[in-house]
Amino acid sequence: MLWQQLANGIAIGSVYALISLGLTMVYGILRILHVAHAGIYALGAYVGLLSFRLIGDFWLSLIAGMAGAAIAGYLVERFLYTPLLHLPRIAPLIVSIGLFTALEEAFRIVAGPHTLAYNARIGLGNFSVGSFHLTETQILILFVTFAILIFLWALLAKTRAGLAMRACAQDPETASAFGVNVSAVIAVNFLIGSAMAGAAGVLIGVYDNQVWPTMGSIPAYKALAIVVLGGLGNIPGTVLAAIVVGLAETFFIGVLAIPFPRDAVAFVAMIIVLMFKPYGLLGKA
Amino acid sequence: MAYRFGSEQGFAISHLLSATHEPMISGYLITICITIVIYAMLAHSLNIITGHAGQISLGHASFFGIGAYTSAMLYAEAGFAFWISVPMAAVAAGVVGALLGIPCLRVRDDFLAITTMGINFVVEAIFLYLPFFGGAMGIGGINLPRWFGREMTKPEYFVVIFAVFSLLLLLDRRMGRSWIGLAWASIRDDEQAAEAMGVDVVRFKVVAFILGSAIAGLAGGFYAHFLTFIMPQNFGFGQSIVILSMVVFGGIGTRWGPIVGAIILGVLPEVSRPIMEYRILIYGILLLSMMRFQPGGLLGPESILPRILRRPVYVLPGQR
Repeated sequence: MLWQQLANGIAIGSVYALISLGLTMVYGILRILHVAHAGIYALGAYVGLLSFRLIGDFWLSLIAGMAGAAIAGYLVERFLYTPLLHLPRIAPLIVSIGLFTALEEAFRIVAGPHTLAYNARIGLGNFSVGSFHLTETQILILFVTFAILIFLWALLAKTRAGLAMRACAQDPETASAFGVNVSAVIAVNFLIGSAMAGAAGVLIGVYDNQVWPTMGSIPAYKALAIVVLGGLGNIPGTVLAAIVVGLAETFFIGVLAIPFPRDAVAFVAMIIVLMFKPYGLLGKA
Repeated sequence: MAYRFGSEQGFAISHLLSATHEPMISGYLITICITIVIYAMLAHSLNIITGHAGQISLGHASFFGIGAYTSAMLYAEAGFAFWISVPMAAVAAGVVGALLGIPCLRVRDDFLAITTMGINFVVEAIFLYLPFFGGAMGIGGINLPRWFGREMTKPEYFVVIFAVFSLLLLLDRRMGRSWIGLAWASIRDDEQAAEAMGVDVVRFKVVAFILGSAIAGLAGGFYAHFLTFIMPQNFGFGQSIVILSMVVFGGIGTRWGPIVGAIILGVLPEVSRPIMEYRILIYGILLLSMMRFQPGGLLGPESILPRILRRPVYVLPGQR
């Protein structure tokens, strides 16, 4: 029973990590709260669903969802955020909120207000040992998220490009003085972060077998809470916070059965941690 | 009646003044006017927080809701009159604003944005899930106030809230010229410099927050008595975005901008059915385009409006 909940919690936590990482990476470099990121997440789900309906292969639809989200994220950065960097930070934040609102409405208008089914055949098969069950989609989630996270870690820790990205997150001006192409780094940041959000969208779409216009609303604020919890801009912190929230949700609701709205757990966790560590779990001033 | 502007309007005004007749001004028009005054109050109060004190609040609709529910419960459950329930709505919203503002305003901008968003969700959830507040069905049975022994008519209600709002604007103007206004201006311009000059930044931010919340609560009280029933959905994040759109459209920090924004964005969906259908989409696109291309708003600096409206200068033929 405990192992089951642990697995459930880690599965959901790793999807949260995928969404939140994009958010924290953007904040790390641009210091903007990219609220529209949740819209990109939903866009990934819709693009994935559309490609699945057109092509019929799940893995290709996953790639399509990630690609669609990545392109959208890049466009947002290029045309909406970068031109506004000279203004006080409230400006890109409001743009982001406006974009998020518009995206959700656009989904409703284009794809309809109803939930659409994303029943993809993945071909992995379920896994059971005694009373411990892992459904096909859970195995998929664990597999995909771990692959992506390992890729990200390798990129950031082992490559020169990753070094450039970390340098820009610390101090863009000095990095630029050292010859780093900051605009390219920002663009890559958005591409990777948005692709991860798109992947998360597809994964959740398949996991719940549901894609609907406001599917980004709750992840929007949950990802923000996770990012703050982990320390704004801190990548390992965000992953840790995401797993913590995933486990907390699963345990509070599944094990302790407290009559508490599940989605409020992230927010409450954030408040509690902020009281003791004002900059998040792993954040620095 | 021979009024200059037409006998139709003359009829309307004379009927307005005599309470025994049905007003000729259509009920629909009055409804729009009352709604616009309420939105103008909301936009103005958000402007105090966002424009004057420079703090981002993404949860303004929660105070609107707190005011509405306070007023509704005092009237419908406890039997207090309108003249008590509405001021108490302002007080309640102000108190909650103080309680939330004091811890929240110590943190950075970004945290405040997230926290106010979170406050919105939590307050809406409280109204939605606690049966004490009526749950998803909300609270009903809230009537228009009574005076002179009878129920107020809608045009009279409009006059009352219009008068209250004008009074608030006058007070706001006086406040803007006082040392509070000066302190707010300094905080908006450069918070750190203001702090270095000895301005107690946190205290003034909290004052702005309380004032903004209280006025939003007042608007909530007026709203509850006008609509006669309230539901939690009216006070969620979407509503906060609507209010924010009005402020941004008109111009954050300008004196009349938010009111102009409230008027235009309040009237447009009513006169145009397609706009009403796609209202939220339009608000979203409006927010994003305004901030992208015209961050100062319609009445702000560098607005294209004066340029469009400015008369072309007359030059003699051949002159440049």
